[in-house]
Order: sequence, then structure tokens, then C-alpha cells
Amino acid sequence: MFRKLSLTAAMALALTAGQATAAEVDIEVIDYDFSFEGPFGSFDQMQLQRGLQVYTEICAACHGLEYVAFRNLSDEGGPGLPEDQMRAYAEFYEIFDQALFDGEGDFRTATPADKFPASSLSNAPDLSLMAKARAGFSGPYGTGISQFVNGMGGAEYIASLMTGYHEEPECALEGEPMDGFYNAAFAAGGFPESCKDENGKHKVPGSWIAMSQPLWGDDVDYADGSSTDLEAVSMDVAAFLMWTAEPKLVARKEAGLTGVLFLTVLSVLLYLTNKRLWAPHKHKD
Amino acid sequence: MAGIPHDHYEPNSKGAKWLHSRLPIVGLMYDTLMLPTPKNLNWMWIWGIVLVFTLVLQIITGVVLVMHYVPHVDMAFASVEHIMRDVNGGHMIRYFHQNGASLFFVAVYAHIFRSLYYGSYKSPREVTWIVGMLMYVLMMGTAFMGYVLPWGQMSFHGTAVITGLFGAIPFVGESVQIWLLGTPNGAIAQPALNRFFSLHYLLPFILLGLTIVHIWAFHTTGNNNPTGVEVRRTSKEDAAKDTLPFWPYFVIKDLFALAIILALFVAVVGFMPNYLGHPDNYIPANPLATPSHIVPEWYFLPFYAVLRAFDQDVWLVIAVDWITFGIVDAKFFGVVAMFGAIVVMALAPWLDTSSVRSGRYRPMFKWWFWVFVVNFILLMWVGARPAEGIYPYIALIGSTYWFAYFLVILPLLGVIEKPNTPPSTIEEDFNAHYAPKGDGAKPVASPAE
Repeated sequence: MFRKLSLTAAMALALTAGQATAAEVDIEVIDYDFSFEGPFGSFDQMQLQRGLQVYTEICAACHGLEYVAFRNLSDEGGPGLPEDQMRAYAEFYEIFDQALFDGEGDFRTATPADKFPASSLSNAPDLSLMAKARAGFSGPYGTGISQFVNGMGGAEYIASLMTGYHEEPECALEGEPMDGFYNAAFAAGGFPESCKDENGKHKVPGSWIAMSQPLWGDDVDYADGSSTDLEAVSMDVAAFLMWTAEPKLVARKEAGLTGVLFLTVLSVLLYLTNKRLWAPHKHKD
Repeated sequence: MAGIPHDHYEPNSKGAKWLHSRLPIVGLMYDTLMLPTPKNLNWMWIWGIVLVFTLVLQIITGVVLVMHYVPHVDMAFASVEHIMRDVNGGHMIRYFHQNGASLFFVAVYAHIFRSLYYGSYKSPREVTWIVGMLMYVLMMGTAFMGYVLPWGQMSFHGTAVITGLFGAIPFVGESVQIWLLGTPNGAIAQPALNRFFSLHYLLPFILLGLTIVHIWAFHTTGNNNPTGVEVRRTSKEDAAKDTLPFWPYFVIKDLFALAIILALFVAVVGFMPNYLGHPDNYIPANPLATPSHIVPEWYFLPFYAVLRAFDQDVWLVIAVDWITFGIVDAKFFGVVAMFGAIVVMALAPWLDTSSVRSGRYRPMFKWWFWVFVVNFILLMWVGARPAEGIYPYIALIGSTYWFAYFLVILPLLGVIEKPNTPPSTIEEDFNAHYAPKGDGAKPVASPAE
């Protein structure tokens, strides 16, 4: 079930100690259901592999993944590529090695130990940590209750950003033409004066983003025959980027569960010990 | 040793006597562990153990993190990612340490509010209180400097805001800020990261030392308890009617509480480790791009709200600005208010004039106290909201109440309030809860009435 939520990203335009001016921008983040949500959730290996394909064929043209190594693609709890496939995938990349050519550096074929290349465009941010860095919406009224209840985070944001490109709202056509593209999930972009009311409040959600719409649906051919409509492809790449941001997510949840169970048993034992210990001193004759 | 009369350690064997006459360390440990403790302590007296545990947890995880962390502006962020991705168990150690700060503050706020309600700060426990306040301030400094180390966007721009507070001091502010940051032009760069790293490693050990002083102080005066009535010290037998030894009675009780709290803590670390953090700190520091919304961690928010509450539109700020010929401007006023909020709390032992110690027997105080707690949470919330619309007014009202509570309400209540009569002994209170052969008595004292 997808639910469309209107969230508020607070934008402080200038802040010095003691005073702040700020405006709030509404954004539309859709509460997609991902397999890794909740205490028992884990990554869907096939989805991560599809997401890797989308990343490789589309995102990688401009964006980088500088904290992720090729060898990680074979790690447990991740896309889980067989080692030979992972090695073949790495050889697909040329990376710059400073040690070559007597310290002057040269390009060479990547090995599993190398990291993915960094972004090739200066205004395209690295995507390794995006799914954690873009979880910055916390409704209602900044309490974060909505995110707690719905289990929403950066993956939902990324998928919503991919599906959030719409026709420019009518109010934008009245004023100066805007740079970039209208996106209902993007908070930090330009916004036309003609779409603000007299108090400066935005009449439409989102803002104008520099990146043109990267996914349209049917952008890739999946070997497993999964759906390639816009929503499915967006969710696949969002799941993959959640993994690049938090590669130990599955191990962490398992450790958390073990810890909670162990401590629950321990607290029951301590409760009984405590009860027995105090019994002679309570309700004495 | 002064304090409640009880049995002391007697060395029995020859070896024990030999050691005891040279270094009475076993006796010290015995007296510390066997401290007579009021037997009516309720569940709000468990936070001390939680705090000691958390301090040790933070030191152990911190020492391991330092083995892999690189305090360099170009490498700090990547080294934290190295810990999260490549170090064995590194992601758990780092998340324990990161969320350990939140556990620390949850526990310290509960501990402080317990003291405020039951009057634990009052004579003769002022020194315990003052040492505790000192530890609280050191904790805040340590937490802030730790937040700087990953060198993310919030680390960097948070540093700009916090060192900017010192820049607001009249005349010498700019020099102080430059001195703190260690760069001639006041830029936040390598020197700042290095010194914050150094202090972040040092301060926890000072906290450890102060913990011993804190425990020493209340072991001298004895614990306070929910009635605020002192343990009878007329004889060992009388004291024994009011107390039970810390070991095993309170150690087991506290460990039980600790296990429950840790189960919740591990759930947070395992299932939502970034919920309490700020996402922008997963973006490497960039001096040229200021984050859209600079917010401190949740535990600083009430004081951040006080800082922002006193802006140049408040008549008091305007008046002070005018009287001081502009020396105390709005910015400096906010800084003074923020630090002053902690100072007035530290002065509580001398501001509270009531002759009755525990809030349980103070009908009017109770109300003001609970408003104070709600106000604290309100300030925490408003501290994270943008300073526009109705929020600055809420912050101003909340900040005013904070100061009024300590400077007006506590002194006045002691005069106008007619307190109820506390039980004459701790034994009486304990037996009222656990009536001898009683039926229908409450099984445990409620955690905070």
C-alpha cells in the first residue's frame, strides 16, 4: 500500500546564534513499502541486484559511489553477486590509480578491492550515503512521530524523488521561467515568486531541481522479468541506495534482536532474584 | 568515616590484616558496597547505576573507535565510514557510541528531575548537587565535541554556531573565538578538529573522577529517599531499621532496572540507530554550503530554545541593551540566558526555602514541579522548530517559566506553602507500603508520584 504524505521540510534560510529566519517547504514523500522496514525486515537480494542494474545503466553516468567497494557486491546481506560476476563487474570500470606511472597516476582496470568511481559531474552528489542523508523530514510539527509509525526514511524519499517529476504547476507559468525541473519531493531548490501567497507561503509542494527526470519507466530490461514501470524501477534503485548507505543493516537488526531477547530473559531472571531477595523484608510478621 | 553507623570491615586472615594495615583498600570497597541505603528508595533511584554503566560503555566503545578514527579534516568522514563498513563489528560499536550519548542524557535528565522533585539537592547534599551539575556541564561539552568528530555538515556548522556563542561576549568575544578555533582568521579547520578530539578523549576521564567525588559526597551524607526524612543515626540498630545494605539489595534491584533500560536501548541501536540523529551529518562537511536547518542534538534543544527566545524584539532585551549602552546586545543576552538557565538550576539548594525536603509532602510545589517538567519538554520541541510564527512566543514563555521556577517560585513557595507532615521515620514509610502481613498494599512504590 502506498500512501501519499505531505511533509514539511524546514528551511532556515539564515541562522546566527540567537536569531533565525526560516521558511517551511511542503514536500510529497510517498510511504512505499520496502522489504527492509521494521525490526525483522531485510534486503531483497533480487531487488538490490535490479537496483544495481538501474544504478549502473542510468545513475552512474553522472553520480558516484565513492564509499562502496566492488567486493561489497558479494557481501552477505547485500546484492550477493557470485564472486566471478562481481569480478567481471569490477573489470567493467576504469579507475584512476595515483601509484601508477611513478606517482603521476594513470587509469587502470578496477579490481574488487577498489571503490566505485566518484561523481563525474561536480553538481551531482555522491550517492553512497544519500538514503541516510536525505531522511530529514520529521512530521508532524517536527516530532518525528509519522516517521516512527510508518518506518519512513531516505529510501522512501529517493523513490518519491524519482516519481515526483510533474508538469509545472500553473502558477509557475505566470512568472519568470524557472531553471530546472519541478519535483514535488524536492525541498532545497528554486521556487517561483508567483507560486507563493502574500505571506510567502508556498502554494505547491516541492521545488525546482537541477537534475532532469532520470527514470521514466521501461528504462532497463530486467533479466528476472520484474516490472519495469516507473514506480518499480524507482523502488529498486532506492532499495539499492539504502544498501549502499547501510550495508550492515541486516546484521545490525539480527544483533539488535538477539540483544533484546537476551536482555529480556536476563531482566526476568533479575526480577525474580530481586523479588526473592526482598521478600523477607516486605510484609514482615 | 562519617555517615550512617554500620558494621565495618574487619580483616580476619593474616594476609588480610597485613594488607589492611598498609592499604585499607578492601575496607574501602566493603564500606562502599555495604553502605546502609534507605530501604524505601523507589524506581527513580536507579538512574545513577545507568549513568555509571553508560559512562563505562562510552569509554570502552570510544577507545575502540579511536583505534580506527583519523582526526583529519580530509579523512575523518571517510574513516567513520571505514568503521561503519570495513571494521569488524564497527557499525555496532559506532552506533552504540552514537546512541550511548542519548542514553546518557535520558538518564541524566531523569536523575536531575528526581533530585528536583524529592529535594535531593537540599542541605546537607549541596556538594553532591554542585558536583553533579559540574558533571552535567562537562557531559554536554563532551557530547558536543564528539558530535564534531565525524566532520559532517552538522559537525561543521554546529561548531560555527557554538563557537559563535563565545564570539558574542562583549569586547573579548572575537579574540576568544579565534583562540578556541586556533586559526588566525577564525576559520573552522584542522586545529579545531584536533583540539575537540583531544578534549573529547580527556573529559570522560575527568567525568569518571568526578563520579567518584559525587559518590563520595552522598556516601558521606547518606542517600536521600522519597520521604526526604533522614536515616536515624542514633545507633547501629536504629539505622538498621531504616536501611538495608547496598549489596545485594540495591545492586540487584538496579541491575534489574538496567536490564530493562538496556533492552530498550539495544532495540533503538538495532532497529532505528539514526532516528535520534540528524541526517545532514551523513554529508561530508562543506564550509561553502550551510545546511538548510541547523539543529543541535535533542538533548541540547531546551537550552537552544532559551538561547533563541531572547531576540531583539523582547522588551527586556531592548531595555538591557539600552541601559548597557549596547554592550549587552540581543545575541549576548541570549548566550547569558542559556548559560544562566543552568546556573540558576545549580543554585537550587539556596533558592529553595522550604523546610520540607520531599515534594511528596508539598501540595503546591507538586503542581509547579510538573509544569516545570512539561515546560522542559515543550522547550525541547520548540528548540527544533524554526523561529517563526508562534514558536518564538512559546520559547519565550517557556524560558521565562524556567527562570521563574528557580528565582521566584522555589523561594516563595517555602514561605506561602503549608506542607503536609512527612512520616517520622523511613521505617514507617516502608511499612506503610509493605504493611506487615498487609493485604492490598502496593507491591512497589510508584516510580514518581
